[in-house]
Amino acid sequence: MAPFLVEAAIKSLILVLLLLTGFAYLTLAERKLIADFQARIGPNRAGPYGLLQPLADAVKLFFKEDFIPEYADRVLFVLAPLITLIPTLLIFAVIPFGPELTLFGYRTRLQLTDVHVGVLYIVAVTSISVYGITLAGWASNNKYALLGGIRASAQMISYELAMGLAIVSVVLTTGTLQVSGIVEAQRNGWLIFLQPVAAVIFFITGLAEIKRAPFDLVEAEQELTAGYLTEYSSMKFALFFMSEYVKMIGFGALMTTFFLGGYLGPFVDLYPGLGVVYFTLKVGFLIFVLIWLRATLPRIRYDQLMSLGWKVLLPLSLANVMGTAVVVALTA
Amino acid sequence: MAIREGEVQEFTLEQLKHLVSERALRGETVLLNVGPQHPSTHGVLRLLVELDGETIVSVVPDIGYLHTGIEKHCESKTYTKIIPLTDRIDYLSPMSNNLAYVMAVEKLMGVEVPLRAQYIRVILTELQRIASHLVWLGTHALDIAAMSVFLYCFRERELILDIFEMVSGQRMMVSYFRVGGLWRDVPEGFEEAVRAFLKLMPARINEYERLLKRNPLWLQRTKGVGVISPEDAIAWGVTGPSLRGSGVNYDVRKAQPYSSYDHFEFDVPLGENGDVYDRFMVRIEEMRQSLRIIDQALRRLPRGPYITPDRKVTPPPKEELAWSMEALIHHFKFWTEGFSPPPGEVYHAVESPRGEFGVYINSDGSPRPRRVHFRAPSFVNLQALPIMAKGGLVADLVAIIGSIDIVLGEIDR
Amino acid sequence: MGELIAFYLLAGIAVATALAMVITRNAVHSALFLVLNLVVVAVFYLLLGAPFVAMVQIAVYAGAVMVLFLFVIMMLGAERVGGTTGLRWQVPLAGALGAALIGGTLFAFLRAPAGLAPVGSPPVPFGDPAAIGERLLTTYVLPFEITSVLLLIAMIGAVVLARDSGPEGK
Repeated sequence: MAPFLVEAAIKSLILVLLLLTGFAYLTLAERKLIADFQARIGPNRAGPYGLLQPLADAVKLFFKEDFIPEYADRVLFVLAPLITLIPTLLIFAVIPFGPELTLFGYRTRLQLTDVHVGVLYIVAVTSISVYGITLAGWASNNKYALLGGIRASAQMISYELAMGLAIVSVVLTTGTLQVSGIVEAQRNGWLIFLQPVAAVIFFITGLAEIKRAPFDLVEAEQELTAGYLTEYSSMKFALFFMSEYVKMIGFGALMTTFFLGGYLGPFVDLYPGLGVVYFTLKVGFLIFVLIWLRATLPRIRYDQLMSLGWKVLLPLSLANVMGTAVVVALTA
Repeated sequence: MAIREGEVQEFTLEQLKHLVSERALRGETVLLNVGPQHPSTHGVLRLLVELDGETIVSVVPDIGYLHTGIEKHCESKTYTKIIPLTDRIDYLSPMSNNLAYVMAVEKLMGVEVPLRAQYIRVILTELQRIASHLVWLGTHALDIAAMSVFLYCFRERELILDIFEMVSGQRMMVSYFRVGGLWRDVPEGFEEAVRAFLKLMPARINEYERLLKRNPLWLQRTKGVGVISPEDAIAWGVTGPSLRGSGVNYDVRKAQPYSSYDHFEFDVPLGENGDVYDRFMVRIEEMRQSLRIIDQALRRLPRGPYITPDRKVTPPPKEELAWSMEALIHHFKFWTEGFSPPPGEVYHAVESPRGEFGVYINSDGSPRPRRVHFRAPSFVNLQALPIMAKGGLVADLVAIIGSIDIVLGEIDR
Repeated sequence: MGELIAFYLLAGIAVATALAMVITRNAVHSALFLVLNLVVVAVFYLLLGAPFVAMVQIAVYAGAVMVLFLFVIMMLGAERVGGTTGLRWQVPLAGALGAALIGGTLFAFLRAPAGLAPVGSPPVPFGDPAAIGERLLTTYVLPFEITSVLLLIAMIGAVVLARDSGPEGK
């Protein structure tokens, strides 16, 4: 086999393993942190400091009855969790976790593949990730689930435009569609300082895209019991759960890459391994912010979500793109 | 159609069609069954909701899933033994229920209650109001997904429950008040515990208020949502904070002062718009006013007996049984047979955390009441839900249910 | 060789999904087959060395447009085509038109063997974002602007129509 394929296979394997264990411990971290925010203790029974909790959860979910409602669309009902999880994992293919470095005498980039239209790839993959949730809602043949599914697609249509435009500002500023190029372009300063408006828009729309509080209308347990998840149990539920947390990591990774200088940091040229550390720290910080928001904020209402997306974020991001274009054209 | 005993009445679809609109029958709107098992119906409330997209066309509350038969049960118990049943009507404010019931019996029998007992009753029912409002605030915030507030509120409520346990031995089902006074005097350390609570609480209430009132998302979710006009609220018999949120100044504590409420200075907070936000602010402010009342009552707490010396409703003291034959006989008769109020009927209402909680007793002169009825504020307030929810969104529905603060145990009794 | 196998495999999937899209009775399934078809076409673009076009294809068609489709289908609850009453006369017409199209294509291929000759490999940065952008704003600026105005008109039209039939329109 070509060395290129071997390299890609090893990298993807490591990536998937890291993401899946990362997801498991992210659930624990979220529960612990929220417990702290709420003056509680949090999980502490399974293993020291509750460290085996994710394992216990996995075992529990594995032995739950795998229930399919009688009038569900069986094929789509089974496919939906997979359709949700796969695009979420695909995002990580183009994210650079560190600079180029030599490992066991083999020079490689800590990135699965560096497509020259990487940014577009990200937009494309995120745009199809909503199908899983929408279909789960529809296939369940349950009114709550359907409402959740419809909310998901409406939310996604409303927020993707603004998100895309925020990314366009980034592309205009850095002049490249290559993800590693965007990171390298931030050597003289993170984009969050050059493009603060785009960063804020990306953060808000990103929250909406991954359906985290306060934009978690899709599952909104107080209104829709569990939205699209209502009829799911056992491992199918676990897959949705998994993709939700992997999405959190993905959001952190994208935000880091686009606005927080990716793997860049002091001495990263001397010790390229440090890049991974910086990257992880930045992503970890963003995930902390996500959890913090969830512990603090009430949920936004459906119509408010729509008007925020169309009446505030979209015009703002358009104006930002125009402004950026003018500045780029004048300075070039 | 006459229904014989033991027969279940069956409803046909034709009989229920009037509940939904014409469009629902044509399949243009969606009928969504919310509850009885649903995270935000505060118990086992079932709502038949008709939706046009996400907009609510109509709401039909369906109750009875928590029917316990308390009213009927009262008819087979002596007057004293009914007290523990009243705890379980509105399980979030047993003190208020106790108070309403014992005061109704006192009214029926013309019993004078010592001032000390009256003041302690006020302190405890006001503490109960704070505890109940804390549960309301926590669950209401949770309904709008501000989940941390929930746990903060329960943390403070625990302090009140500790005080209740101190005085009655029970955290929730207290049964502490007796006809003529209290079960026993408050124990040592009670005043210190209440003072400590009074010292801690104002800052905490400010904290919750800030946490929510300064949050634009919270304001968007509550302002202008679930509006009910004062006229509608009065027409439907809404009472309590839900009525005062619409700006109607009616509080039983002021309108018909009982248990020496007229000795204390306090304000009745009022809203202006009758929306979810106003009801929220009214309850927050009520907690502050309750603290004020508790503070005054505690400062002026008189010494003296904790229960009336009237042997008609009070068992003789234990030590007397050792030397007095009459006392022993009375003790025996009191606990087996109970006491008999004169024939007649009586209604007494108190301001429970949810509104006017009234007790109607019909006595035939025997030791057991002929009929007991509770005017449950939640039951009446729930009727205003369809008016408030119409035209809102699904997300508003849960906010509105939270804002009228219903307790299903009280609705179904 | 590998590319040829990939092409035939994908072509097979593309045709199959396209057929399935037309045949399926359930509108949601139909829409999903269309998504699949669009994704396969995107892979064709990848094979042709035009990743930019491929990604745009997925983002715009498979992503945004089809999500909107699904949204409308679900919102209206129109996933099941009720009977075939209104469409019955269209079936033979559609068959005839389809046959005519296939016939015409075959005729062209058979009569003009030159149509099967390779057209020559595309320029190396084929479908390069910079090149597309430049063309769009220089050579093809007029069609580009006309298209955008057309879309704007369509959008305004949609808003006007929705307003008038809505309850608050009157």
